[in-house]
Amino acid sequence: MDLSFTPEEQCFRDEVRAFLDQSLPPAMRHKVLEGLHVPPEDTLEWQRILFRKGWGGPNWPTEFGGTGWDPVRQFIFEEECAAAGTPRLLPFGLKMVGPVIQRFGNAAQHARFLPRILSGEDWWCQGYSEPESGSDLASLRTLAVREGDHYLVNGQKTWITLAQHADWIFCLVRTDRTGKAQAGISFLLIDMKTPGVTVRPIVMLDGGHEVNEVWFEDVKVPVENLVGEENKGWTYAKFLLGHERANIAGIGGSKRELARLKRIASEERKHGRPLSEDPLFAARLAQVEIDLLALEITNLRVLSAEAEKRAPGPEASLLKIKGTEIQQALTELMVQAIGPYALPFRIEALSDGFAGPAVGPEYAAPLAATYCNMRKASIYGGSNEIQKNIITQMILGL
Amino acid sequence: MHFQLNEEQRALGDMVQRFLSKEYAFEARRKILRSPDGWSREIWAKLGEMGLLALQVPEEHGGMAPATVETLVTLGAMGRALVVEPYLSSAILGTAIVRGLGSPAQREAILPAMATGERIAVPAHGEAGARFDLSRVATTARKGGAGFVLDGHKAVVLHAPAADLLLVTARTSGAPDAEAGLSVFAVPAGTPGVTLVPYPTIDGMRGADVLLAGVQVPADALLGPEGGAFPALSAAQDLGVAALCAEAVGVLQATLDATTEYTRTRKQFGVPIARFQALQHRMADMLMNVEQARSMSYLAAMHAASEDVRERRRTVSAAKVTVGQACRYVGQQAVQLHGGMGVTDELSVSHCFKRLMAIELTLGDTEHHLERFIRESK
Ligand SMILES: Cc1cc2nc3c(=O)[nH]c(=O)nc-3n(C[C@H](O)[C@H](O)[C@H](O)COP(=O)(O)OP(=O)(O)OC[C@H]3O[C@@H](n4cnc5c(N)ncnc54)[C@H](O)[C@@H]3O)c2cc1C
Repeated sequence: MDLSFTPEEQCFRDEVRAFLDQSLPPAMRHKVLEGLHVPPEDTLEWQRILFRKGWGGPNWPTEFGGTGWDPVRQFIFEEECAAAGTPRLLPFGLKMVGPVIQRFGNAAQHARFLPRILSGEDWWCQGYSEPESGSDLASLRTLAVREGDHYLVNGQKTWITLAQHADWIFCLVRTDRTGKAQAGISFLLIDMKTPGVTVRPIVMLDGGHEVNEVWFEDVKVPVENLVGEENKGWTYAKFLLGHERANIAGIGGSKRELARLKRIASEERKHGRPLSEDPLFAARLAQVEIDLLALEITNLRVLSAEAEKRAPGPEASLLKIKGTEIQQALTELMVQAIGPYALPFRIEALSDGFAGPAVGPEYAAPLAATYCNMRKASIYGGSNEIQKNIITQMILGL
Repeated sequence: MHFQLNEEQRALGDMVQRFLSKEYAFEARRKILRSPDGWSREIWAKLGEMGLLALQVPEEHGGMAPATVETLVTLGAMGRALVVEPYLSSAILGTAIVRGLGSPAQREAILPAMATGERIAVPAHGEAGARFDLSRVATTARKGGAGFVLDGHKAVVLHAPAADLLLVTARTSGAPDAEAGLSVFAVPAGTPGVTLVPYPTIDGMRGADVLLAGVQVPADALLGPEGGAFPALSAAQDLGVAALCAEAVGVLQATLDATTEYTRTRKQFGVPIARFQALQHRMADMLMNVEQARSMSYLAAMHAASEDVRERRRTVSAAKVTVGQACRYVGQQAVQLHGGMGVTDELSVSHCFKRLMAIELTLGDTEHHLERFIRESK
């Protein structure tokens, strides 16, 4: 057993760090580090910067234009990016539909869709959930009926993250209503500009617009946009969920937020002394730091199993649950750290360049909204209750 | 010992609840939140007509103080409806400060109008860097002109934009965190040198930072003894915490009700999600939190005006700790059990969640009261 990174991995880390030092625009970094709104242009621009460096697909194999990095290198890359404050790469293309197309798509689909994900030309969104099908995803009802060379799609998807910016949506649709629910689902790629596609915003509890309803009314989708075989979509979705969860612990991001919390705690005062010296607060902060350290090692254990070519398994559920609990605990402590100044809520102040009068310390503005917003983390991507069901069934065999 | 309400108290509770469920339903409230002022003068006037703004005003000034149980019952109903009007700020805290510090003439000049709702007076106390220390006040008042000149920066003054009168705490002497040397001044809105930086709060209320720059006030703006305001401030604060706990219990119950109702109707895997034992146990834990909070809100109400200051502080802090923890747990679990719907603006649950979060941070957070409980128990 050896828990240290190899010299080659250390070298790799230095290389990533040097690149980020040089190539990450300071304005982007500022927004991320201060928890401000990161506009879609930044997300795309960052993807393009990486693409020009040849790092557009950090988790993709070289045959599809990716870096071919092993899981440990991917982990290091994500950790360094998070620490530096890069915008988060869109997971929908790179981590979700990309791997599915690579594994189950045909050559024409490879050529048509994959390069545009790497280059930041196409924005993808994920169309799985429906109003009546959340945790019970397999019950989904959006219908795709084959008519000659196309499918006619009707139904409604909901909670679709950032669909308002998307060029494409990958959907699970029902193509067979007769057998077992899982057996009648197909994986379909739909151009958002197709007539009959409507996007309606859902306002979140922090006033933000990040999720949407997406409606399909007699939407014609060419048959060549079907991935793999008809009625095999559930298998592909499960493959994808494994990938989605593999990086869901968010260790790098939590380390960055922990550092921010420490910065805030050293500036805030309690009884006239730095809050960081307050024993009650220091103990709570230490607890989260220790949880994070444990999770990092757990994550690395899962990754090294993956590197030995075992597919990401149900351990990913553990990473998702603990990872989101830590993310949420950090947002709670930040709110606690700033005390009364958590209450003012000016949505304009969440954007970079807000020129209104200051209220409280500069770092205070987004913290309460972030706390509220991050309640989503234990709900999306398979709620933490569902993850526990997976652990009890798949790992404990109960 | 008994925990029953008498006939009149029950009637009062029913009246407030009927009124609010008619006039303050979810959509009506949302409209009020979106209005330019963010609160409703009409609702306020009706609260006045019902006598609810007079509960903490002494009888000789047209009120019915102490009205302890009535206050408890009223705030519970307001919590349930997520009322955003300046009830706690003015009808409880502001009233208690004027009552506790004002001379008979000052009280008569201010309180009757507060009892009817014509006048709103809120404390302007907190400051950046003070966190929740009641005695840590850097704002100064020095003798000047025909009275005093105030300078300082008051942080997160809830309902300041709605106030006709700001009850400003300032230091007339003493070290920055000394209890001795604090004084309270009644400063009318619009007094030259007073600047408000207004904003909504996370839970849909309104507040402001209040900047005081060379604010000249007359000598009779001083409420109570110069430099001797702390005991009355502290008493008012504890009354406020007790009231806030009562409000919290209303919000908590509404949050739990919304969650049991939602999980009974929401179906996944072919059954109502309330059938999943994992969620049932969660709701059982929520209920235990609510009931413990309710018990402590009674205890706090009964001790909030106690002569025994140590006992008052100890019990009120104990209540705020229990309530604060319940706010956190019940709020978070309610959102979680609603799934995606829980994090939207569309259902009451997220509004409850945000109010519960704000309550935890108002008038001292959980750790502040834990510390005070330890100190007062020694
Ligand atoms: C911010 C956000 C972004 C999202 N982005 C996307 C996206 O881009 N694309 C997409 O397709 N979807 C997206 N989702 C949807 C997300 O996947 C669902 O919200 C999630 O699967 C839960 O479904 P639900 O909201 O219908 O809740 P429900 O399934 O109704 O669950 C409600 C509660 O019941 C619990 N529960 C349900 N079943 C069980 C059980 N068997 N045992 C114990 N407890 C149970 C849940 O854990 C939850 O607490 C997003 C959601 C959010 C909040």
